[in-house]
Amino acid sequence: MIKKRSVAYGFLLSISGFLIAALVNKVVPITADVEVVDYKVGGLTLDINSAYRLVLYSLSALFMLLGLISLRTNDSWKKFVKGAPLRFASGIGLLLWDLLGTKWQVLTQPFFPGPAGIIKAFLVEPDFILENTLYSLRLYASGFTLGVVFGVGTGIIIGWFPKAYYWVTPVLNVTGVIPAVAWMPFALTLMATPFDAAVFLIVMCVWFPVTSLTAQGIKSTPKVQFEAARTLGSNTFDLVFKVAVPHAMPQIFTGISTANAFAFTTLVMAEMMGQPGGLGYYINLSKVWSAYYKVFAAIIVMAVLFSFITAILGRIEKYALRWQKGLVR
Amino acid sequence: MAEDKNEDYILTIDNLRRVYKDDDGADVEALEDVNLKVRRGEFISIIGASGCGKTTLLRTIAGLDKPDSGSIVMDDHEIKKPDPERGYVFQQGGLFNWLTVKQNIAYGLKTRKVYKSKKQDVPKYIELVGLKGFEDSYPYQISGGMAQRVAIARTLINDPRILLLDEPMGALDSFTRADIQDKLREIHKLNGITMILVTHDIDEAIYLSDRIVIMTPRPGKISNIFEVKMEHPRQRGGVDFLEMRRKLLKEFDLATAQPEPEYNI
Repeated sequence: MIKKRSVAYGFLLSISGFLIAALVNKVVPITADVEVVDYKVGGLTLDINSAYRLVLYSLSALFMLLGLISLRTNDSWKKFVKGAPLRFASGIGLLLWDLLGTKWQVLTQPFFPGPAGIIKAFLVEPDFILENTLYSLRLYASGFTLGVVFGVGTGIIIGWFPKAYYWVTPVLNVTGVIPAVAWMPFALTLMATPFDAAVFLIVMCVWFPVTSLTAQGIKSTPKVQFEAARTLGSNTFDLVFKVAVPHAMPQIFTGISTANAFAFTTLVMAEMMGQPGGLGYYINLSKVWSAYYKVFAAIIVMAVLFSFITAILGRIEKYALRWQKGLVR
Repeated sequence: MAEDKNEDYILTIDNLRRVYKDDDGADVEALEDVNLKVRRGEFISIIGASGCGKTTLLRTIAGLDKPDSGSIVMDDHEIKKPDPERGYVFQQGGLFNWLTVKQNIAYGLKTRKVYKSKKQDVPKYIELVGLKGFEDSYPYQISGGMAQRVAIARTLINDPRILLLDEPMGALDSFTRADIQDKLREIHKLNGITMILVTHDIDEAIYLSDRIVIMTPRPGKISNIFEVKMEHPRQRGGVDFLEMRRKLLKEFDLATAQPEPEYNI
């Protein structure tokens, strides 16, 4: 049974921070010299303050919805309530940031714009930001997928054949310590397009951890499992793909999560060094014009995008390894 | 009891010898001059101290180990490699942790590509080993005794003609052990499958076997074979049971009292 008091506490604390921040933004006048212009975005006419308040209302609505959903079970509600103080603090944090960064401009400008100032980037050029985000996403998806496929493939081969392990391991160890972006000059000359060059770099940085961990997983398969499989009529193909590979799954996923973090770094660095698009490119471009609010906007997009990708990978891992003790909660 | 005619033997082990190198590179005779004929439908236990080669013998019958000389002939063909016709239950750790109980049991059907025509066997064997309700559990969610029952079911589903059991109850507590022994007894009675059990446990051997093979170490060889002619179900506290036990223990004393091979270091 969920107590009424707990419900009131959970909802109030979760959304009040954001609503207070919106209220403060509405009533406190801007004393600094800030130009407030109206922008037309998708049928709406917004200035930076009303757009900022819209974000705050959306956050309140989102947490309201999440709260309602989590009311279904005791456990999920507990989890929701646990995050409530954090949500309140975030609202208050935004409030202070708004006052210092936008309203009074106590923070050094243009380096530290307020939240409303950052939102300006999305009002000024929403299409351009979206375009660059999609470019990053496309680059990431191509490089990461290829890297995982090559990595798992190489890992299976060198994990299974000791000869292959002997010859490939030195290559792996050397390439593993070199940051992938160091290959950038070569990649740019060898590959047909800058996009392909960046894909190549991401593949390189993903390949290493996935390969070595897959190989480890394959090699550590207990002998008894192969013997059991053989007495049950398995051929060599089965021994590899129905015994060794499933056994290696936990390690393969460890490799994939490590590679995921590497891939984000490589992606952004590659974009900053020589791509015609992407969030890293957008940051570089904005920096040149001292449009730091755009740099922040790109960073926020990255934070959301990368968290989202990581969360999806986490979900896939949890499902694929549901047979592992201690992983299912 | 099967008659002693030649065609009634399912397995003929002839002059089996196997040597392996120990850590120091010295030859160790795991098996020497092992001869044994196994009757069709018989339940044989192999007992002996550790290092007597009983597991090596079982693994060689399975085709997991190769003999250095001698042969094992099953019906009309020599055993060269593992085959589902000889099911093997390991002491522990043989289950596939990433498969559910049901999937573990169905594994053999799938690798032998007969799953489509025989999938109705899966619930049958789950029922046989008393695991109804645990079909979708993963190995980490079930007890050691249940895991061994899964291991038995997944070999039986392949219709093996011989079931090889490598101390399958060795890692279990005595209650679970008795439970699995009864299960094996039941399966043996039900489909008359030939079973060869390697065990440390004298009582277990007497409770289940038609014959008990005693092996001695260094070199591993068969020292004696006892017929057990009691009716099933056998009473563990019965007079003849205890008499058999005494006989075996006496044999063991003799067996272990043999002089150790001399070492010159």
